[in-house]
Parts: sequence; C-alpha cells; structure tokens
Amino acid sequence: MDLRPSRLALALALGLLAIGLAVGASCLLGPQPISLQAAFDGVEPDRAILFGLRLPRALLAAVVGFALAGAGTALQALLRNPLAEPFTLGVSGGAALGGTIVLLAAAGLSAVSGPAGALLGAAPPVAAGAVIGAVLSTFLVFGLGRIGGRLVPEAALLVGIVFNAFVAGVITLLKMLAPPDQAARLLYWLMGAIGYESPTTLVVGAVLVLLSVGTLGLLSARLNLLTLGDEEAASLGVDVRRTRALVFFAASAATGAAVALAGMVGFVGLIVPHLVRRLVGPDHRLLLPASALFGAAFLVAADVLARLAFLPLGTEPPVGAVTAFLGGPFFLWLLRRQAREHDEAAA
Amino acid sequence: MSPHRLPGPPWPDPIVDVREARHAYGARVAVDGVSFRAREGEFVGLLGPNGAGKSTLIRLVAGLLAPSAGTVRLAGFDPHAAPRKLVARVCALVPQEPRLDWPFTVRDVVMMGRSAHQGLLGIAGLDDLGAVEGALAACDLRHLAGRRVDALSGGERRRVFFARALAQEPRVLLLDEPTAFLDLAHQVAAMEMARLAARGGLCVVAVLHDLNLAAAACDRLVALRGGKVVAEGTPREVLTEERVSDVWGVPVWRGENGATGATVVLPNVGTRDR
Repeated sequence: MDLRPSRLALALALGLLAIGLAVGASCLLGPQPISLQAAFDGVEPDRAILFGLRLPRALLAAVVGFALAGAGTALQALLRNPLAEPFTLGVSGGAALGGTIVLLAAAGLSAVSGPAGALLGAAPPVAAGAVIGAVLSTFLVFGLGRIGGRLVPEAALLVGIVFNAFVAGVITLLKMLAPPDQAARLLYWLMGAIGYESPTTLVVGAVLVLLSVGTLGLLSARLNLLTLGDEEAASLGVDVRRTRALVFFAASAATGAAVALAGMVGFVGLIVPHLVRRLVGPDHRLLLPASALFGAAFLVAADVLARLAFLPLGTEPPVGAVTAFLGGPFFLWLLRRQAREHDEAAA
Repeated sequence: MSPHRLPGPPWPDPIVDVREARHAYGARVAVDGVSFRAREGEFVGLLGPNGAGKSTLIRLVAGLLAPSAGTVRLAGFDPHAAPRKLVARVCALVPQEPRLDWPFTVRDVVMMGRSAHQGLLGIAGLDDLGAVEGALAACDLRHLAGRRVDALSGGERRRVFFARALAQEPRVLLLDEPTAFLDLAHQVAAMEMARLAARGGLCVVAVLHDLNLAAAACDRLVALRGGKVVAEGTPREVLTEERVSDVWGVPVWRGENGATGATVVLPNVGTRDR
C-alpha cells in the first residue's frame, strides 16, 4: 500500500510532542514543588529531584510504554485480533516468572557462595530471565492456541489468560520460599511499579527495547499482509513462518525488557494501538512507530496520574494498578463490540 | 545466493506442470496421483463434487502445500521449495472468501499485490502505482478506490481481490470458486474478467462449481473425483450425460445454448414424483 512520508512524519511528530508534554508534566509535578531554573542552575534539592529522580523515572516509564505498545501492535496483527497484547496473551506473565526465578535464585546463591554469589545478588540478571520467560511463554501460548494446525485467536487469548492465572499462582508459591525482604521487593516490582532504576539498567533496557521494536518496525509492511491470513500472506510473497518467528521473538524481547524494568504493566498494548489506529489508520508502517511513541507518552502520563491522584493519602499506587483500572473495562468494551460486530456480520 | 534464479520469459510450456502429485491431510487423501498441465493464454476450469481435491490441487500449484509424492512445477521451479517472493511474482491466488479484519481501503488492498515486487518496507515506485491504477481500471474499481473494503458488497469485494491478483502481474492466475455467493450478473462478470485475463496471455485456472458457467467460459475442463482426474478436454468432451451422472451422481440432460453454441447440462429434477 502507498505510504505517504508526510503522514508518517506528522504521526511521529505528534507522538514525540505527546512524549515531550508527558515528560515535562512528570518532571514538574510532584509532592515537592521545584523550579526548573533552579534545577538547571544546580541549586539543591531542585537539581537532585529533577535529574536524579523525576527525569529518570519519566524516561523509564517512556521506555516501558514504548515497548509494550509496540509489542501489542505487532501481536494484534499476528493474531488478527485487537484484544491481543503482551499482558492478555500471558507474555508479561511469562516474563515475570522468568524474572522472579532469576531474582530468587540469585538471592539464594548470594546467601551460600562467595564473591560470585555476592555479585549475582547485587545485580541479578532479571532482564535475561524476563526475556527468556517471555519468549518461552509466547511460543507456549501460540503453540497451545493452535487447533488442527491453525492458529485460533480466541483460543490463544484464552490460553494466555489461563497462563497468567497459573503464573500468578506459581509466583505466589515462590514468594513464600523467599526471605521476607526479598518477597516485599518482588511484590512491588511485579505489581508494575515505575521505580528508580540505575542509569545502567535504564540504558541497557532502552537499547534492548529500541532494537526489538525497531525490528518490528522493519517487519511492519509484512505485518500488513499477515493481517489477511497466513495463506494469503504466503501467496503475496511473505515467508510466513520466518516472519512470524521474528515477530514473536522481537515482541517477546520488548515485553521481557519492559517487565524487567517495571514489572507487570497491563493493557498499554491494548489501549494505545486501538486509539492510534483510529488516528493513523491500519497501515502498520505508520501504526507501529506511532503506537510505540504514544505508548511511551501514555505510560508517563499514567505514572504522573498514579503519583498525583493519591497524594492527599500520602501514598502512590504502582502504575500497573492505574493501567489495569483503565484497561480492564476497555478490554471488556472491545470484547463486547467485537462480539456485536461478529453478530452483525453473521446476520 | 539462492539457488532459485528469478525466472523470466520465455516461460516453460506448459507453465503449470503437475505430475502424479499426491497430498493427504492426515489419513484423508485429497489429491491422489494427479497429473495436470496448463498453458499460458488458456482458461482451465477444475470441476468436481465437494472433496474431489480441486482446492488442494490449486494450493499445490501455488506452493502453499507440498506434494507427498510426484512433482509440481510452476514456471519450471518447485513452488513449495522456492522463496515465496519469487513464487508470488509468477503466480497469484484469489481465495474463495478473503478475510478482512482490518479496515484497509480498496487501493491499499490492491497495492498489497505489489509486495513481491517491492523492498522490505513496501515503498511504492512508479511501476507499482501504474500497476495498481491499471488493475483498478480493469476491474471497474476506480470510483471505489478510497472506500474501506469491509464496507463493500460481496461482488465488489471479489473484484477488489481479483484486481489485487492482476496488480501482482503474475503469469499464472489461480481462482478458488470465483463465483461462489455471487448473483448471476456478478458471476458472469467474474467469468468475463477471468476470460479476458486468459486472452491477455495469462494462464488462468479456476475451481468452479457451476458446470454451465464453466462450459461457457473455459477453454478446457478437468473433472476430478476422489482426488483423481476422471476426464479432461473441451467442455463438450468432458460434460457428457453419462459422465456428469457418474461423477456427480445426478442424472442430467445435455444440450446446447442456441445463442452461443455452448454446452449446457441441466439436472433432471422432479423425475421421482412424476
């Protein structure tokens, strides 16, 4: 199909503008009023709050939102269903399980062995565990979602939801085996909290996310063809199996990185691509990059909301709670609408 | 480098050459030792009762399935082993009921036919735009080019997918029941378009259920039953009263269209209670 560069540029510019606004709001709003002028002049505590806390946190939320919305868009094309996204398909759950196992294994090792264990305990490769967990669960869910050799989207979604429940149970069991301080840390991470990661973690996560979402972007013209069905995509010249495996892998890696950085943040990959599709249309060469950018802006904004809404109570919920609060009803609305359209098409 | 070089004219003759091909879905044998050839410029109709193996045969030709025995050659190469992009430049398949879950426009869908001629990101060049405009015009779709495909009628939608196949600029055009679910006028229009494509030099192979439309439009018919070819030849040769009664299990009367001279077969309905 015909991609107009002006439309791509406009969509990307709008996405970047939205990120800018959200990051700006995230930097300026908080329990402690700060002055930008003072922060840039190096006046404390304004400087420390801006550059040490708020900006890294906003960037973390942006990276996670970028990854989840990009992965969600690609998974929807692959499954030909707008209800698909890393969380509903159980990919986030698999990543969380992988990360949990690594975290707890590292804690256990550091208790028993010498310097290597101590290093592992200090910097557990949670991201590696999360990415591996995400990849394995993607292949599991899409494998079990096949009936008679054909991928049935509804079946894959059900498998994903059941897999999530299963993973939640396993993680609860694992948590009971962990020492109390580890268990509390684990819980907060899993609930989808945008916390304060080290700059190194943030940079490594961002690079992984950019590489994997970039791969999805390169495959976006083929994603358009895959929405027509495997056989048609093949007859139009797509190597379906290879393309699908690449999309699986890249979407899982992006999800794994997002989960390692911020735990289980659901529904970003559901809400954002749906809204962006209304704005830019169904061409994935526009939709995928635009969704990723708006996903970044969305999660930064959701994090600001989480921070401010409960300010009078002196507490803040993890951003995963906010996205679940918005995303749960949205999922049901989409599901109902899809069922209605299906009904009308059948009539 | 791929062992498959981009094929070009002169194309092998016959361009579709299936020999003793066999394919089974699990225990069910769908195509059982079929030999089938089709040449450029001819319109071949594949006939047979449900489950005869017609759709499986065109999927073998398109390389979407692999034969478990025998050989399939499309423009001289094995379409299942060859890179998909190469196959798509030689062969287009119009599916029976194209799926449309995403709100693409008519022009978007027709442009998808150009994918095999484009790079990874599918940036359209002048030849792509030209091929799409030509296909839209040939299928009388210019006035609908900006409309969403999921808002079209069944007949219009079928034309869109036919246009996409033309935009693909193949040498072989495979049609899976191009007239299913269409009213009479649209059925005739679909057959005329297929004929026109064949007159333009394409090798057109269509799975058809309507014997009279097939007899009127096709140059050659191939009748299948139980995964085997039972008859092959001109409509007059294939559609005899005995053979139709035997293959479809229905007694028929055969005659001739007084206006065109085409063979006509009519089922003898109502003989039991008369």
